[in-house]
Amino acid sequence: MDSRTRIFLVGGLVIAVLVAGVLSLFASGEPDGLERIAIDQGFDEAAAGPALDSPLADYAVRGVDNESISTALAGVIGVVATLLLTVGILKVVQKRRRPGPGTST
Amino acid sequence: MHIPDGFINVPTSVGFGAASAGSLWFSLRRAADYLDDRRIPLAGLVAAFVFAAQMVNFPVAAGTSGHLLGGVLAAVLVGPWLGSIVITVVLIVQAFVFSDGGLSALGLNVFNMAVVGALGGYLIYSLLGRVLPSTRTGLTVAAGVAAGTSVVLAALAFSLEYAIGGAGGASAGTVAAAMVGVHLLIGIGEGLITGLVVGAVLSARPDLVYRTPLAVAHG
Repeated sequence: MDSRTRIFLVGGLVIAVLVAGVLSLFASGEPDGLERIAIDQGFDEAAAGPALDSPLADYAVRGVDNESISTALAGVIGVVATLLLTVGILKVVQKRRRPGPGTST
Repeated sequence: MHIPDGFINVPTSVGFGAASAGSLWFSLRRAADYLDDRRIPLAGLVAAFVFAAQMVNFPVAAGTSGHLLGGVLAAVLVGPWLGSIVITVVLIVQAFVFSDGGLSALGLNVFNMAVVGALGGYLIYSLLGRVLPSTRTGLTVAAGVAAGTSVVLAALAFSLEYAIGGAGGASAGTVAAAMVGVHLLIGIGEGLITGLVVGAVLSARPDLVYRTPLAVAHG
């Protein structure tokens, strides 16, 4: 990969980390469109709690008391996890589809 | 827009989940044809950025917020098939790690945001591309308008799911009208953010964008 592309990718990742780790602290805490309608139309109580007990549930790190640090940390972990999972899945897909050495298609 | 467990009954969730799984399988097959050592990290970056941007809820009306869905953004940058996969991965991480969107509702959420949002939104983008000029501005406007429209389509998809198997007994028509109304406003935010990011990437590195017209890539 050429260095310009590498710089673009690293720069983009820095922006993603800043959005998840800093800008997210200024996010509106109001219910989103679907939640608002569920409340207004009376079906919000049908929501079941999460099936998994994740230590990062609701974008907060369990055990971190400072709310801002907790959100920021959860955001950065999410950015890294999403990046790695996407790249990992696509590498597997690429490897399975690419013809082996010496085979012609 | 992330549906929690309990809003939509299990048979409906399974049905839409099957449609989402089929779409994901097809998208993986198609995306495999154009994966290379530059597109894979780029798709990873787009996934990371969409995850980040989805954390930033913006106010749209009294007591209501919205956030980027990112389907058209991802589809325009890395192509519809890879874009749809990117949104699916974001939804998987959100459901399993952050309890955002129910596990039984994952198929519904993938259908609304990755199938309707990314693939459906990209279809609108391609249609707009036929009438708008093949310039950076034309592509940016097409991406923004398609993105805004895709949010309303995703809201309609939820409304359909609610009409088929929704809990709580609200009127399907009332829910659909309210969903479209709120998501028209959220769609404006989606369109602005998508236009901003697509415009910025087209200025900096048009060659990295999926199928950039030659006039833009070398202009």
